Amino acid sequence: MASIENNEIRYLNPPTVEVRRKKYCRFKKAGIKYVDYKDPEFLKKFLNEQGKILPRRITGTSLKFQRKVAQAVKRARSLALLPYVTDLLK
Amino acid sequence: MIKQYETVFIATPVLSDTQMKEAVAKYTDLIKANGGEIVYEEDWGLKQLAYPIQHKTSGFYYLIEFKADPQFVSTLETQYHRDERILRFLTVVLDKNSIAYAEHRRQVRAGKAAAAKAEEAAPAAEVEPETKVEE
Repeated sequence: MASIENNEIRYLNPPTVEVRRKKYCRFKKAGIKYVDYKDPEFLKKFLNEQGKILPRRITGTSLKFQRKVAQAVKRARSLALLPYVTDLLK
Repeated sequence: MIKQYETVFIATPVLSDTQMKEAVAKYTDLIKANGGEIVYEEDWGLKQLAYPIQHKTSGFYYLIEFKADPQFVSTLETQYHRDERILRFLTVVLDKNSIAYAEHRRQVRAGKAAAAKAEEAAPAAEVEPETKVEE
């Protein structure tokens, strides 16, 4: 009770304060203007383990570059540089 | 109206080296014959495919960058379609950003190739000073 009167809450474990880093668009930050479909290793950063394209809310890519990434991934898939469907891509 | 294009094709892995050269020559000649200009060529060699195409798990990749009239692209693609050696192809228009990127990529690759050559020569040079230190 004493602690509440003092307007002070004590925790058994130190409270985990989530420090959320602001997401940013890596293309804007690095000044990349063209997303290359010939580089599957780079494009894999935007895919999940099943080879699906990750949403913007996870990668933080801006809309402009998300469209370009999607286009590049689809081109790479048609050239068999990336799979359409898979498991354990990474 | 001339535009810059980039085309990648995958040829069947059953081709021999000379057959592959013939196939490449066919398309480069076709581009030249139709008033196109070849900017850059790149041989990626035999690569594993991410998924089988026509029951094949690997293929020869070849990249050609060229300048040509937009109407030529359809003739090139019909040639690809008719060619049994070609498993897959992709032709893409390059805009100003992608042209800049392609040039940068070329320079990086040329730099790497030069570095690899330098490395081949370097070990022989590097060994000598080391032995001197030991003495």
